[in-house]
Amino acid sequence: MEKVTIPSLSRRSFIRTSALAGGGILIGFNLFQSCKPKVAPATDISQLNYNDFNAFIKIADNGMVTIFSPNPEIGQGVKTAMPMLIAEELDVAWKNVQVSQGALDTKNYTRQVAGGSQSIRQGWEPLRQTGATARQMLINAAAVKWGVDPAQCKTNEGIITNTNGDSLGYGEVVKEAAMLEIPENIELKDPKNFKIIGKEVPNVDVDKIITGQSLYGIDYKEEGMVYASVLRPPAFGKKIKDFDTDAAKKVSGVLAVHKFGDKIAVLAKDTWSAMQGKKALKVTWAVDTKLENTEDHDKILLNLLNGKDFETMRADGDVKKAFTNADTIIERVYESPFLPHNCMEPMNFFADVTDDHIRLVGPIQTPAGTARRVAELLDRAPEDVSVDMTRMGGGFGRRLYGDFALEAAEISNIAKKPIKLVYSREDDMSAGIYRPAIKYKISAAIKDGKLTGYHLKEAAINSNMYGLIPNFFPAGAIENYQVDVAKYDSNITIGAWRAPYTNFLAFAEQSFFDELAEEMKVDRVQLRLDLLQKVKGTTDERIEYSPERLETVIKTAVAKSNWGKTPAGTYQGFSAYYCHNTHVAEVADVVLENNKPVVKKVVCVVDCGIVVNPLGARNQVEGGVIDGIGHAMYGDLTFADGKPEHKNFDTYRLIRMNEAPIVETHFIESDMAPTGLGEPTLPPAGAAVANAIKAATGLRLMSQPFIKQLENKEVLL
Amino acid sequence: MPVYKLKVNGQTLSVDADDNTPVLWVLRDHFDLVGTKFGCGIGQCGACTIHVDGVATRSCLLPVSAATDMEITTIEGLSKNASHPIQLAWKEVDVPQCGYCQAGQMMTAAAFIKNNTTPNTSEIRDAMSGNICRCAAYNRIEKAVELAANKLNQSKT
Repeated sequence: MEKVTIPSLSRRSFIRTSALAGGGILIGFNLFQSCKPKVAPATDISQLNYNDFNAFIKIADNGMVTIFSPNPEIGQGVKTAMPMLIAEELDVAWKNVQVSQGALDTKNYTRQVAGGSQSIRQGWEPLRQTGATARQMLINAAAVKWGVDPAQCKTNEGIITNTNGDSLGYGEVVKEAAMLEIPENIELKDPKNFKIIGKEVPNVDVDKIITGQSLYGIDYKEEGMVYASVLRPPAFGKKIKDFDTDAAKKVSGVLAVHKFGDKIAVLAKDTWSAMQGKKALKVTWAVDTKLENTEDHDKILLNLLNGKDFETMRADGDVKKAFTNADTIIERVYESPFLPHNCMEPMNFFADVTDDHIRLVGPIQTPAGTARRVAELLDRAPEDVSVDMTRMGGGFGRRLYGDFALEAAEISNIAKKPIKLVYSREDDMSAGIYRPAIKYKISAAIKDGKLTGYHLKEAAINSNMYGLIPNFFPAGAIENYQVDVAKYDSNITIGAWRAPYTNFLAFAEQSFFDELAEEMKVDRVQLRLDLLQKVKGTTDERIEYSPERLETVIKTAVAKSNWGKTPAGTYQGFSAYYCHNTHVAEVADVVLENNKPVVKKVVCVVDCGIVVNPLGARNQVEGGVIDGIGHAMYGDLTFADGKPEHKNFDTYRLIRMNEAPIVETHFIESDMAPTGLGEPTLPPAGAAVANAIKAATGLRLMSQPFIKQLENKEVLL
Repeated sequence: MPVYKLKVNGQTLSVDADDNTPVLWVLRDHFDLVGTKFGCGIGQCGACTIHVDGVATRSCLLPVSAATDMEITTIEGLSKNASHPIQLAWKEVDVPQCGYCQAGQMMTAAAFIKNNTTPNTSEIRDAMSGNICRCAAYNRIEKAVELAANKLNQSKT
């Protein structure tokens, strides 16, 4: 029998417990303790603050369980899915679980980030271990009470039973459990015994959303807070020359005006007055660096593609030789514009900077990095800064950058007041950090009917593809294969945008494969399958996609979409891609209505391993596909003299319901560990549609947004 | 600044605001009714949709001075206990991703199904096309509008 002693002062560093004033216990877990092994145990558990840990389970005397979700919620569903992982192993009924957003833990946490579709993938093991450890502690406490071997005890949805027929609720043993040794080597459930993982669990905030309760950063307010609106340079490359704040100060409701750097903040008693005050500012702008134009960018990027100044990201075999010996060479150029993120909730942040503390509240995908940057900016100790994350009205990568939180902190520091900074849509669309404009030139060498060489060149504004992206499919499938990148340094700020790089790279490559199949006179799906055969059994460790899993999603998409068997008048386009650890294949169905191509349906087949929450997962798939189509079709941010030429939805087009296809989602059944879904269904969507439009109209779409090319042709949207 | 009295969700509320202040900001900043969302400020996205005398209206374009004699309903006042067919349907279908635009979507949909309890797909799509969902949860919004219309229709018969 396992010996259980009471009380024990021994505490493993990754877990601490604390009795709650209102009854029950709080159990804190440091999920990533392997990365930070030396967290000293608290000497006095009453002093514990839940900010010390990054996963928390609160169990009340009545058995109700509160789970604090560690990662920021941007609409990707982790606030529901991450606590599901804990609840599964804790073995509690989901109806008895409440979820709260955990705050930032700057000391112990390693990845409190919403980005890269990684929350579920990286939380899979540690979050389940958290739940399993807590469950074992509760069992041990009950076993001590009963004087039985813990091995004779079982749990079922928050109730512990033993072989003698006794039973105790978790709430009845929490206090004792909190005093026990922390058990080790806890075995996790066999996936076939899952009761919560794999079930359809509604969004935990749905009741608050449908009743309009305060949830988002822009909703946050507290006593004494004032509202801030900021005027920024109207163009990249401009700075303030002269300014006059008199008229702004006279606007009713305006309280103060502060210049900071090349920006001017207007503080007011409400958001509207702050925005009106900003409009009344009189500023003369001077050219600081250079004023750039989209036309120039296009020429510069094309010159780069045709030049020789590249960095090689991957080179297999001898591409040059393959092209010299080729019977046929196909070469295509694909072009994409800048894209703003356009989260529906414009950027905003609350900051209260005092001599003692810097308190930040708002929507942020990277709370830790932002807290660090705010501390640096204001020359303060990192521990002076706290961040509370609100639910976010979209992220898409924009909220990885804490520029708006830094602005809020700087304004509060000057004004010596708690402030809430709110961007207007125009501020949001023109303040920068965009998906950079990128062009690809892809060339293929064909010899004796076979694909013998593949050369992809990238020319991008400011930043090139990174990491393992050059090793995604078709890397490994073609003997002579090379990826070269080049960039142009611009003063327009760029950053990650949902599925960075692959959001356009997948369009270019999956469109190119269609052209390749046409040229080689082979079946377009079979071409991909044949290439995948060559990757099977690869020993190349840079290749992280699985040819088997990609093959399965492709074959399943063929079956589910009636590929090649659609009725007359329906035209299909195929696309398959791997990114963010997830394998996806999509088939778009296009029909012509009044000579206009209309995307009616997209079949999307996804292998993301175990699907933690199918209800949320399907929502991500549907949204990712439609978002991908919308931006491929309409997204276009152009610049003239450094100024973004679109600043609001009157001239910047986002996809709307009447333009959205029905998305039919199929998940590959799997017992593999789950991967993320926030991004990977977006990249293949553009090519699936472009390939279908080619089939329907004969028009090959080479650049985004499609609408530009379609408007110039006979087929009109 | 003048004081305006507004009838919001059955209550009369006063605000001291500039006469051009949009009802959106009066609701959010002065009445603490933050369910109505700011998206674009120019009536293009629909996030700020409320009902004015029962009609779906963009609150970002409605000055407070023009709204004094009207019955305003916001998402907070759509029903008691989240019992409006639209709210029930939104929950049943589990519509939201980020959820930010949903109040506006729901207010547009609620006004729409009141006058058309048997809408077809293309009527739903047209009626909802003024509301942007950046997460593109459009398939679910469409389903939820249809479901809500069915619920409303059944409750009438």
